[in-house]
Amino acid sequence: MSDGIATIFAMGTPSLAVASTGGEDFLRILLLQDFNTRVVVAGAMLLGAVGGVVGTFLLLRRRALMGDVMGHAMLPGVAAAFLAVQALGLERSLPVLLLGGGIAATLAGLAVIGLRRVSQLDDDATMAIVLSGFFGLGVVLLSVVQSSGGGGQAGLEDFVFGKTASMVTSDVVVIAIGGLLVLSVAVLFFKEFRLLCFDDAFAASLGRPVMGLDLLLLSMTVVTALVGLQAVGLILVVALLVIPAAAARFLTDDLRWTVAFSSLIGAVGCWLGVTLSAAAPGLPAGAMIVLATAGLFVVALFTGPKRGLLPRWWLGRSLRRAVGRDHLLRSMLECREVTGNGEITAAELMMNRSWSRGGLSGLLRVARRAGEMIQIDRDRWRLTDRGEIEAAAMVRNHRLWEHYLLEYAHLAPSHVDRAADRIEHVLDPVLVRRLETELGALVDAGPPASPHPLADETPPGDDVVAGGNES
Amino acid sequence: MPVHHRHRNPPIGPEHDPQAALSIHDVTVAYHRRPVLWDLDLDIPRGVLAAVVGPNGAGKSTMIKACLDLVPRVSGSIRLLGDELAAVQGRIGYVPQRETVDWDFPVSALDVVCMGLYRKIGWFRSVRRRHRNAAMEALDRVGLADFAGRQISRLSGGQQQRVFLARALVQEADLYFMDEPFASVDAATEEAILEVLRSLRDAGRTVIVVHHDLQTTRDYFDWLVLLNTRLVAAGSIEETWTPENLRATYGGRLTLLEAAGWAMGTAGSGQRRS
Repeated sequence: MSDGIATIFAMGTPSLAVASTGGEDFLRILLLQDFNTRVVVAGAMLLGAVGGVVGTFLLLRRRALMGDVMGHAMLPGVAAAFLAVQALGLERSLPVLLLGGGIAATLAGLAVIGLRRVSQLDDDATMAIVLSGFFGLGVVLLSVVQSSGGGGQAGLEDFVFGKTASMVTSDVVVIAIGGLLVLSVAVLFFKEFRLLCFDDAFAASLGRPVMGLDLLLLSMTVVTALVGLQAVGLILVVALLVIPAAAARFLTDDLRWTVAFSSLIGAVGCWLGVTLSAAAPGLPAGAMIVLATAGLFVVALFTGPKRGLLPRWWLGRSLRRAVGRDHLLRSMLECREVTGNGEITAAELMMNRSWSRGGLSGLLRVARRAGEMIQIDRDRWRLTDRGEIEAAAMVRNHRLWEHYLLEYAHLAPSHVDRAADRIEHVLDPVLVRRLETELGALVDAGPPASPHPLADETPPGDDVVAGGNES
Repeated sequence: MPVHHRHRNPPIGPEHDPQAALSIHDVTVAYHRRPVLWDLDLDIPRGVLAAVVGPNGAGKSTMIKACLDLVPRVSGSIRLLGDELAAVQGRIGYVPQRETVDWDFPVSALDVVCMGLYRKIGWFRSVRRRHRNAAMEALDRVGLADFAGRQISRLSGGQQQRVFLARALVQEADLYFMDEPFASVDAATEEAILEVLRSLRDAGRTVIVVHHDLQTTRDYFDWLVLLNTRLVAAGSIEETWTPENLRATYGGRLTLLEAAGWAMGTAGSGQRRS
């Protein structure tokens, strides 16, 4: 028995048969010149698109692993259907096997929901129990099929790893029908699914049938997993449901666009996978599809404009730079107020605010490039005319805010500097004008005087916190 | 549909007061055999701002959920606005606890408020401009008109709470259930929320609020339900706001701080009345 299983796990599905060797053939595939290739690519892309749509809702309903349960649970269904067909002496046919898989997946889904209701177990535990239970049964049934030695059992392996490369027109028709069905349900119930996934208690309070909608989503998952079986096999079908949806979350903050991007990523991932597997014959197409989709996920993870790592890092960096520049310009003016000399050394600046040496020289470089400061000699700096204007505005805002806090928030003078430090970078012109009216005469000319001692008199604690902004 | 319902099933028996906004009769709710609400029996009249108060685990949220059929009840019957829930569902508004949803969800504040209209919009129809306009008005009422397009995770806790309130406002319900709308909001937000609740009450609607802060209960509400698994007291705030009732509700669990808060609340409103 274990031999049989080992055989199944050891073999993959061969890539597109047309792809032998040589770039010429690869080009033929890329340009979809063969009918066969067109069929395979169309089927795979359609499947990826549908998986992306259903997966988005599953993910947001926190049932991402449901796809995995469905996939694995199909094995006993397919094997049982095969045994039944054999026992009745009928010809093996794909629809019958799929029907068996579909029934088993539906039972598994209901088992998850039922178990959760009666057992108080967490979702992940219930799903793990159902998944492994069904899959265990499937492996047993599969070994029965293999020991029974019927001539047609070879086809069953297709269901474990998929058979993308050998998809034929009738398979694509099945995918298209199933896919269109699922997509139209998703469009018709879009509003309800949004509500269900976001706030099921409120949905129930509106009289919406939460259980019914969950079952609808479940059946959409079953259909998707069934047609997905064709391409990537039951072990990896979860990838088509989860990965595109997770990737799309990095791209947008709107549910419509999440669904659209997810389905696009699914389709592109499937196309890429099929094409890549054609380029490297011998590699299993189903696994290549999953890898390609995972690759797209990594791209989205880093570059996604909404939550991607790089944009977030860039945003943080620009903010740190802007804050650092504000602090530098303000320090220049404050040092001048203390020393009466417009030429300031780095050491004086370091006294005014505890920068790291590297951080300060970086800020100075940026300010010089921006034309706000000039370097007189190795260690001495002064503000340009432009820097002067900017710095004056900065100091003015800072002190307006300090005076406001003193006047209205009753903060101690030793604390207003820090509070103002945090807020001044976000003061917009409207707020500044309001501050001016509130504080009236105080601000008629130039920056108001600082309400607390400047530079070296400030308590060291404040500077440590403020300095932290630069690092 | 409601008419049809009525013929089959008399909507209200002698144990329910048809004039009451909410009438609960002999309701028991249990989670896994542990009773959470026990033999609850109370009426809340229409047009009041009512607080449901009690210690943690007293079944306050469960009471609201039982009224909305969100938890199964072991026994008892509930009538809302003199009828069964199914017959009046379109006239009921609900504000769940803020922590019950995922605020990272990819929707804007406006999208969330529009959800309050989904029942009115109906199946298979999408949200139209006039629905969005109504939602904008509700956002404006809670002071969030400028945040309509913002993704909900980029709102503060108090703003999120007000989005939920706006979603309830577009429901234009006659009876509202709100589960801790004042939980962890700042003073300004609390004031804004209270103002909205009072305007609802003044427009003749009934608002039932799960409330945690004994210090403000006396000032904010005109009706009180004191709950600790069983009903301790229900009635107008003047009748029910007594040290005996509070002690019976909180038992030994009324901490020094809460006792002090209660005392302050009482003293404050006493001064105000004199």
